[in-house]
Order: sequence, then C-alpha cells, then structure tokens
Amino acid sequence: MGAIITLCVLGIVVLYLGLFKAKNALLPVTLLGLVVTLGFLVSGWNNEALPQFHGMVIFDRLALSFSILCVVITGLVMLLSKEYFKNISTYLSEYFCLIIFSLLGALLVNSYHNFAMLFIGIEVMSVALYILVGIRKTDLASNEAALKYFLMGAFSTGFLLFGITLLYGASGTFDLTALQAYVQTSSEISPLFYGGVLLLLCGLCFKVGAAPFHFWTPDVYDGAPILITSFMSTVVKVASFVGFLRLFSTVLIPLHDFWTPVLLTIIIVTLFVGNITALLQSSFKRMMAYSSISHAGYMLFAIVSIGAMSASGMLVYAAAYSLASVIAFGVLILVKRSTGSENFESFNGLAKREPMLALVLTIAMLSLAGIPLTAGFMGKFMLFNNVMGSYNITLLILAVINAAVGVYYYLHVVVNMYFRKAEEDVMEQHVPASYKIVLVGAAVLTLIIGIYPDSILGFL
Amino acid sequence: MSNLFILLLVPVISAIVLCFVRDAVRAKWMALLAALLELGLSIPFLCGFIPDASIQFEQRWMWVESLGIQFHIGLDGISLPMLLLTNGLIPLIVLSSFRKAHKGNFFALISFMQAGLLLVFLALDAFTFYVGWEVALIPIYFICALWGDGDRIRINLKFFIYTFFGSLLMLVALIYLYNQSATPSFEWTSFVALDLSESTQRWIFWAFFLAFAIKIPIFPFHTWQPDTYTHAPAAGTMLLAGIMLKMGVYGLIRWLLPVAPLGALAYSQVVMVLCVIGIVYASIIAFKQQDAKRLIAYSSIAHVGLISAGVFSWNTEGLQGAIIQMVNHGLSVVGLFFIMDILQERTGTRTLAEWGGIASKAPRLATVFLIILMGAVGLPLTNGFIGEFLLLKGVFNYGVWYAVFGGLTLILGAVYMLRLYQKSMLGALPDRYTSVLDIKGYEVLVLVVIVFFTLFLGVWPKAILQLSEASVMNLLDQIKF
Repeated sequence: MGAIITLCVLGIVVLYLGLFKAKNALLPVTLLGLVVTLGFLVSGWNNEALPQFHGMVIFDRLALSFSILCVVITGLVMLLSKEYFKNISTYLSEYFCLIIFSLLGALLVNSYHNFAMLFIGIEVMSVALYILVGIRKTDLASNEAALKYFLMGAFSTGFLLFGITLLYGASGTFDLTALQAYVQTSSEISPLFYGGVLLLLCGLCFKVGAAPFHFWTPDVYDGAPILITSFMSTVVKVASFVGFLRLFSTVLIPLHDFWTPVLLTIIIVTLFVGNITALLQSSFKRMMAYSSISHAGYMLFAIVSIGAMSASGMLVYAAAYSLASVIAFGVLILVKRSTGSENFESFNGLAKREPMLALVLTIAMLSLAGIPLTAGFMGKFMLFNNVMGSYNITLLILAVINAAVGVYYYLHVVVNMYFRKAEEDVMEQHVPASYKIVLVGAAVLTLIIGIYPDSILGFL
Repeated sequence: MSNLFILLLVPVISAIVLCFVRDAVRAKWMALLAALLELGLSIPFLCGFIPDASIQFEQRWMWVESLGIQFHIGLDGISLPMLLLTNGLIPLIVLSSFRKAHKGNFFALISFMQAGLLLVFLALDAFTFYVGWEVALIPIYFICALWGDGDRIRINLKFFIYTFFGSLLMLVALIYLYNQSATPSFEWTSFVALDLSESTQRWIFWAFFLAFAIKIPIFPFHTWQPDTYTHAPAAGTMLLAGIMLKMGVYGLIRWLLPVAPLGALAYSQVVMVLCVIGIVYASIIAFKQQDAKRLIAYSSIAHVGLISAGVFSWNTEGLQGAIIQMVNHGLSVVGLFFIMDILQERTGTRTLAEWGGIASKAPRLATVFLIILMGAVGLPLTNGFIGEFLLLKGVFNYGVWYAVFGGLTLILGAVYMLRLYQKSMLGALPDRYTSVLDIKGYEVLVLVVIVFFTLFLGVWPKAILQLSEASVMNLLDQIKF
C-alpha cells in the first residue's frame, strides 16, 4: 500500500516542482520516488497476502511481481526521457506527473480485489494517457490519436462498467472472493452473469488491444510521441493483462466451458490480424504497433490455458516483451533524431554508424521473434507449454505459423541495419549516456532471462 | 581435461573476444588459434573414449528448476564422429578464409556457430538440443547475408524463415512429448521410454521430420538450398554443407527414429521414395548446371539423399554408412567448395563454360582436385567408397528397388563430377587465363589435410566405424520397428 501512496505523493510533488520551474530536479525526484516505490513493493514480498482496506486491494505475489515489472519499465522509460521531452513540449512537469499517475493506475489494476478498484485503476491509467497521447498540441497526428484513443477508450470503459453491473446484478457483490464463492456454490448461475462476463471480456480486450477490438492500436501508437508509445505498449498493456488474469484465475475458472471458445476465437483472429498486417507496414513504429497486437494474442494463451503456471509464463513473456519494446522504441528515438523518419529505410546502415545500437536492437528483435537464449523464447516456450498442458495442439500449430511469419518483419529491420547501405546525408548522432545505460541494460536483462530464466521465475 | 562443457565454452568465449578485434590480420590468427585450441581440446575425448555403447563424459545441471529442464550433455559413438568432424573442419574453414580481409566479427560468428553445432551434437536433453539447433542458425544467417553475393538478402530470409518454421514444428512436438511423461522431462531417455499410440507417433514423426528434412535438405524441402549455397561466401557454404546439414541427419538418428519408431515405420516408404527421387532429380539437375558452386550444391542434395535413405533403412550397414558418410561428405564438400572459391578468385568467374585447361598452369591444384573429386564420387581407396558401399548395402537390405535407383547416385555422380573436372581442368586454356596461379601456402595446407583424410579413411574406414559400431548396435537393439 505504501507504493500507492508514494506514487500519489510523487505525482503531486512533481507538479509543484513544475510550478516552481525546478526543471532539473524533475528527473532525479521522479527516479527517487520510483526507487522508494520499488522498495515498498519488495519489502511487502514476504507479507501474508490478504485483501486490505475492506477488501479493495490485495498485494499478493502476482500483484507484487507485476508491479515491480511495471515500476522498473517506467524507470527505464523515464531515463530515456531525459532529453526527449524538452524537444517536443514546454510542459515538462506535466509529462512526468501524468506518467506517474498512469503508473499508479497500473498498480491498482495489478492489485485489485474489488471491481470498483479495477474500474478506478483502469480509468486513472487511461485518463492520464488520453492527455499524454495528445500532448503535442500542434501536431495533427497526435491530436487525432488522442481523440481516437479517448473515444475508443471511453467506449470500452462503458462495456467494462456494464459488464461489472451485470455481474453485480447477478451476484450482488463487487468483491472477488464473494464472486468466487457465488460461481462455485450457486446451483444455477443467472444468465445476467454470463452477459456480464462477455461484456467484461470485450472491455478488457479493448484495453489489451486484441482483435477485433484492436482498431485504435495502430493509429494511437503511431500518433503518440514515441516515448509515450513505449510506455503505453509496455506498462499499460501488462497491467491490463494482469487485470484479465486475476479475474479469470480467481472467479471465472469454473465457467471455462463458456468462455474458452470465445477467447480461442479472439486469440486466433488476433494472431493472424496482428501478424499479417504487420507484414505490410513500411514504418517501424507501425510495425511495432501491429506486432504488439499479435503479442497480445500470445499473452492471451496464458488465460485460455489458465492454471498454476499461467502467471509465471505471463510474467516472463511480459518482461521479455516490455524490455524488447523499450529497446526498440529507444533506438527508434535516436534513429528518428538523426534521419527524421520512422520508416525501415532510416535504419539503413545503422550497423556501420552505431554498431552498439544495431546489436541491442537485433537482440530485441530476436527476443520478440522468440529465438532461444533470449527472454522472448522462454516466454513463448512457457506459454506454449501451458497451452500444450490443456492439449490444444491446433492452437499451437496456428501460433507456430504466426511465429514464423513474425520472423519476416522482425528481421526486416535487422536486414536494413546490417545489409543495406545508408544514404549519404545522415547526421552523425551522439548517443547520450542515459540511452546507452538503458539500452544495454535492457539487452543484458533480455539475455539473462533467456539464458537463466530461474532468475525471474524464482519470484513467483 | 575431459570436460565437455569447456568444449562448449571455448568457442563462445573466443566469439566474444573476436567481436572486439578490428584488425583483420590479428583477427584471423586469433580465430585460427582458437579453432586449433578447440581441436586440441577434443583430442582427449577421442583418446579417452571407450568404444562401447555407453554414454560417456556426461554432464548435467538443473537449468530451469520450476520446469524440470536440465542441461544435459554427453558423448557416445554417434556423437563423437560429429564432434570430431565439427572441430576438425572449423580450423580448415577459418584457414580457407585467410586471404580475405575479414574483421573479427566474421570469425566471431563462425566460433559462435561452432558452439551451437556442438551443443546439437552433444545434447541428451531435448531442450538443450533445441537451443543449440536455433542458436546455430543465427550466425550462419548473418555470415551468408553479410558476406554473400547476388540477391543475398531475399535468399537468406527465405532460408531463415524456412528452417525456423521447421524447427518451430519440432518445438511443438518436443513440448508435447515433455508433457507426456509422469514427471515432465526433456531427457532423451524419457522421450524414448514413452509409450505413445501409433496415431500420436505419426504426427510427431512429421513434426520432427519437417524440421530435419528442411535442414538436410530432403526433396521436396530443398528449394532454399541451391540459392543459399551458391550465394553464400565460401566459408558460409562450407559451414552449411560441411557441418550444418549433418545436424539434420544426426537429428534423424538421435531423435526422430528412436522417439517415433511407429511413425517412422508407417512413413519410411514415403521417405525412402522422397530420398531416391531427390538423388536422381538432384543428380540430373547437377549435370545441367553452368555455375560450378550450384553444381556442387545439387550434388550435395543427391549425396545427403542417399545418407538419409541409409538412416531410414534402419540397419547396421545403413546407419554405419550414414555416420561415416557424413564425415566423408563433410570433408569432400569443404574441399570442393574451397577449390571452387580458389578458381573463382583466380579466374573471376564460376561459369563452367569460361573455364578450361587450368591443369596445365596449376598442376598441384589439379591433382588435389582430382583426389577430392574421386572421394566425392566414391572411387575405391578413397573415403567415399566405403560410405556409399555401406549405405547402398543398407538400402538394399531394406528394398532392392530403392538400392537400384539410389545406386544411380554413383553413376550420375561420376558423370557430373567428371564433367566438372573436364570443363575446368582439361581442354584448352582460354587466352585470358595465361597466368593462373597454382595453390600455395595455406591453400596447400588445407587441401593436403583434406586429401590426407580422404585417402586415410578410404584405406582405414575402421577409424570411424569402430567408434560408432557399439552405439549403433545398441540403438538398433533398443529400437525395433
């Protein structure tokens, strides 16, 4: 709980720092606050996990491990922001403050134990993002993205709320434990409840960007500033998945005959839509947006095959995906700075100019493609293993076809970096030290998790 | 000294070190030194190996505790020849790229690949095996795409996705098998001990077979191979043809047939027919080739077709023949590709029609070329003879007609290989090649080593056969169709 309070205070402090024009203090204070949050989360590790505050939140291992992941990834994104925000906006402190509040929402979603908290968490997380996406006020793409995101987000929140209402109507409670008891004990589950489950599923699929509710993803990811995209596609996505996982693992397991076919359809459509559209992209950023849709499909494997190992599989996958995304977007920022474009062509010859950047981006791409010795492979392996546990071989074969397709577009950028020559008028770009630390650190973590997955699995 | 893990570690460390060497001269000497060190380190295994069926020098650690995955490596009579082949060929491959000014990263990729290959050959745990299998793919992709020629980007992307798709199917099968035993395990022994129904074994068979057949490649999964071989740099082609395709054949012997014997029984006729079609088809196409490198690429399809047929005949002769022929094929194909590379460098072309009469200017080259060529064709007293003899005997025991058509590889092989020799070495020398230099220095060294082993194994094939005999017999006892 200390973590949540810390983040609230931190957000307000950062706003005041902005008020007093203490621009140089923003980053150190934010990072310090994140470290304190991390400290609270780690110190709560061995506490007994009981619902706190009238059953509103629960900090069990699931919540803590994913919260730690979210905080660490936010820290990496913040480090990348050092020179980034200055260039695009004057409202520096608002950036930091909004990201912190969004992280706060993510933590609430990670740890909810009551549907009211789930709703509040998702809203806190999203409202901050609506602003962040549109923060480049003069940029038309940014405005369009913000509007789209807001409309779609509000729409999906409506679904979510409606679903929660129906569940309440059927069971008379918002509390997860009580709902669990309702599902397990009541002789006849009301049709309202089933309707509620479907609506909740729609709402959550919107949030994680699973097809056919994915239409906002590419435009919003593309229109938002790169750093915000990287925050959105990692922290926000991961938290939404934890919300998903907690709901299904505590409440809805007994009803799996009902939702498995629905979810299976969603997964298969998501995988194919994400992968096939990603093939056609000429912009790296848009490719990442579509590939994030297909990754949502893979992560849903953990839910369709829900069981004891689902959480650890999802944790490894989420960590791998987040680290790789941070690397990809970090390198994209630098490349865009020197070439002014987000297309694949702007990566041409990067291996000659900046061998280090090319190497870390290659590791990230191999991780996303799921090549062994990277974290992405371990994540895929564990999720595939879960699905195999429930004997869904057809789903696995489809997933494998998609993974092979994925290699094509992930290697696209590697091909550009290593095998094609750059055009001549590329500015020499100095790589700031903070970027080096973040990118190399994330690449090393990717390899460590890939080679020795127990380093992260020991947590759950 | 006999620590297998060190054998895996040395190439990884040398790869990391070589990444930072920018000076071409220093890089190549360091790479050679590392490759020779690795070769030296593998000698104790040859000396200390007791030629029985047991698994020796075993090492195992817990790798992923929560999933029960182990890191498990060991050596038996089937993996030892592969280990020797890998570690013996890598120094030659490094040496053969000496005249090109490559920076450290080129040699680093070769070293890294060596580690992956060794992991595949030593693994006794399917997870370890799969990791090695994929890890070997990344460096060779970069070698071929960075230093290749022609339409290298498209060709190698096709190669990568093709093989990656195959190995993912294998991964599905591996995960399935992993979940079958009482305590989930990737151990080779537990896979073999599984009591699977025939229908299960049938699809397991295809999942494995596609992965291996793409790598080997067996007709009709060979379409990536001629382009990739032709447009790779010489060292890349040697790695691909000399060592990497043996991963696939080794996989057939070690994993596919023991794990899914009923599946193999059900489909061995199909595979045999595919192998024989591959032999005849590739030989005929090889005969029509104008590009010398492409010709050898097709000849390689024909040769490995026979090797795979030998494996699927699943008897002593077939398996023993497959093992020794893998070594032989590795030696001769590396030699042949090296000679093609020398010729290309000297004459500036690979087209057969533009060559001719080179023997008159380069007698030493012509001599070693002839000996290696004879080895590839399978002339008695060269290494290829005993291998092809055993393979054909194995296939004959399986079915006469397969042996009849498979035997065409000898005749057709002689035809296209001698055509290659005739077009390049004999006849009149075109005027523009008045100054073709003969081989010298390290080129002589590489080729003489290959010639030596060509003759040595031709005269005394028992050197390899005795290593693998007991293991092969044991495998055949254990797994019966």
